[in-house]
Amino acid sequence: MKNVKKVLAIALASVMAFATVACGNEGTPAVGTESGKTAAAGTWRIGGIGPTTGGAAVYGQAVQNGAQIAVDEINAAGGINGVMIEYTFEDDENIAEKGVNAYNSLKDWGMQMLLGTVTTTPCIAVSAEAAADNMFLLTPSGSSTDILEGKTNAFQVCFTDPNQGQGSAQYIGENNMASKVAVIYDSSNAYSQGIYEKFAQEAKNYSFEIVSAEAFTADSNTDFSVQLQKAKDAGAELLFLPIYCEQSALILTQANAMGYKPTIFSCDGMDGILTLDNFDVALAEGVILLTPFVADATDDATVSFVTKYQAAYGEIPNQFAADAYDGVYIIKAAIEAANATPDMSVSDLCDALKEAMVNITVDGLTGTGMTWEATGEVSKDPKAMVIKDGVYVGY
Amino acid sequence: MKLRNKFKFDKRARQSLITYAMVIIAFVVVQILLATGSMTSLMKGLLVPLCVYAILAVSLNLTVGILGELSLGHAGFMCIGAFTGAFFSKCVQDVITIGWLRISIAIILGSAMAGLFGFLIGMPVLRLKGDYLAIVTLGFGEIIKTVVNVVYIGRDENGFHFSIKSNMDLNMTENGKTIVKGAQGITGTPKDATFTIGIILLLVTLFIVLNLINSRDGRAIMAIRDNRIAAESVGINITKYKLMAFSISAALAGSAGVLYAHNLNTLTASTNNFGYNMSINILVFVVLGGIGNIRGSIIGAVILTLLPELLRSFNLDNLRMLIYAIILIVVMLFNSAPSFIQFREKVTAVVKSKLPKKGGVN
Repeated sequence: MKNVKKVLAIALASVMAFATVACGNEGTPAVGTESGKTAAAGTWRIGGIGPTTGGAAVYGQAVQNGAQIAVDEINAAGGINGVMIEYTFEDDENIAEKGVNAYNSLKDWGMQMLLGTVTTTPCIAVSAEAAADNMFLLTPSGSSTDILEGKTNAFQVCFTDPNQGQGSAQYIGENNMASKVAVIYDSSNAYSQGIYEKFAQEAKNYSFEIVSAEAFTADSNTDFSVQLQKAKDAGAELLFLPIYCEQSALILTQANAMGYKPTIFSCDGMDGILTLDNFDVALAEGVILLTPFVADATDDATVSFVTKYQAAYGEIPNQFAADAYDGVYIIKAAIEAANATPDMSVSDLCDALKEAMVNITVDGLTGTGMTWEATGEVSKDPKAMVIKDGVYVGY
Repeated sequence: MKLRNKFKFDKRARQSLITYAMVIIAFVVVQILLATGSMTSLMKGLLVPLCVYAILAVSLNLTVGILGELSLGHAGFMCIGAFTGAFFSKCVQDVITIGWLRISIAIILGSAMAGLFGFLIGMPVLRLKGDYLAIVTLGFGEIIKTVVNVVYIGRDENGFHFSIKSNMDLNMTENGKTIVKGAQGITGTPKDATFTIGIILLLVTLFIVLNLINSRDGRAIMAIRDNRIAAESVGINITKYKLMAFSISAALAGSAGVLYAHNLNTLTASTNNFGYNMSINILVFVVLGGIGNIRGSIIGAVILTLLPELLRSFNLDNLRMLIYAIILIVVMLFNSAPSFIQFREKVTAVVKSKLPKKGGVN
């Protein structure tokens, strides 16, 4: 009995070991010789990483789909410099450790450029790994400055967090929207915290005053009555919500139940609130948000993207999908500017793209005339939008 | 009788040697694979986490299998170790530039801190038994995680600043740098963890745990597990031995945490890495490997850590988590469901009846 158990254990272990080695055999040539040759014959291998399972899955899926649309478009039009793109997306469950595993897995696949990762925390871990490998990294939506700090290979499509905080403070101050402002932010989220910190710093330069600033964390993000009550008691006329739309929806619902009706001001994380399940869109009436992308815009590029996205995935794309779509085109522009070829090594390719990034100007869905600093920060203008009759209109 | 005892001792020593040998052989095999370049990046990236989880499983087995108490707060001790170690390394990053030296000191500090907390928490908690203990340790694990999530520590030329409110309340000068940033944790820990350091740490862990089990103290601990009243009646100091096992287990978990922290650039205390999810994960390693079976813990940890990542390679991305869960259930059933045990016994009988014939032919 015991012996059989042992035999089975050994058998199991050897199967596992075999599987590992087999994978190794499968994967290794793909990195080494073989893929080098196939790549030379003609593919760009772009990898993507983001959460497609778990709590943040909505963002990962949006990026995966948005980038896929761009890749299909480019391939249909003949690729980049006549070379087709292959695109693979890996799940990281919004966990830093899994993000690094996903990154390594993509490297085995033969990734040459990384369009990712989607969420900030895994992105910090992955960008450190990518910097060590000198792999070109363009994150569609990882907005923390920690991603870029001390790395030359990392670039962003979205605004940095401080950038949005500054923009918001400036907007509220210059338009004299309120004199007393309350903030509710997510202290466990680098995005939210980053915006809030810069906002609080900048607020000192304007005529309004922050009368209450209350935090919540990922573990306590369902009941906001305490934070709302404090804001109400302090007499805040404007509520600044630098958070994601799921929590914003709850806050709007709970504020409405309390009979508290301040002006709501938010950033790009609010995008998506109109398509959220079980949310009464009427409550979002009059919400003002700074966002680079609105699905209801009428320019040709946006209309074409939204139509394709809806046809393929049955949803209205959010800003994350648009960022990813732009990301693929930015990579295309950089490759074309650098005159790069797919047979270059990952590191050489990265060096070439780095140089090209600071020289290119890209018009995309999330901004016209986007340019990049050598640090990796993008410069583009946020647009202020207000929700009227259930759609976004320019403010 | 004497002979039997001697045989038993030899058997134990042999078992321990097999365990050490297994780890060393794994190390050598990996080194060969690395040298010949036939290892995928994914596997290379998993080497250190594998050591981390193996150490965690072995250390939890000390509490669950040897002491016989169910602890669901193991990830909390890992968290303490991770943050202590990462904090230390971040502070001395520019002073000590030799990676292995820095992580060695960090491991010592991290495990000392985790051991201290294990001792402090153990004192009130170990008075409880069974389910009650499990729930309380679960609570302590969550408390540790939550406290870490609100701490802000920064440093400027005037020294350290501390706050539990926000980054701006640290009141630092212009040159100040935040080291621990609340729920966003510590960013930019030097990547000092290597597979060699991981294996050395695993061997040290095995050495401590196996020697403890085979020592006088270890026998006392197991006596408490088997029959508390009988153990007390022969004069075994229950509190002392329980605390001893619990704190050693916590300290070892802390050292695994330090290793974990030095393998990733960013360290946050979320439910997935330091919450009850992780505690239960470690418990699953232990249960799958066999409670009280140290070697089994290592194998269990390795298999269950590799499994979801290997499934990545088989183009089953969307079904990955589902398949993982199904395999887990099947393995558990195979190990302990009565009908499976019967089936295994039948197989044994068949194999046994055939074996001598083969032997005869040879």
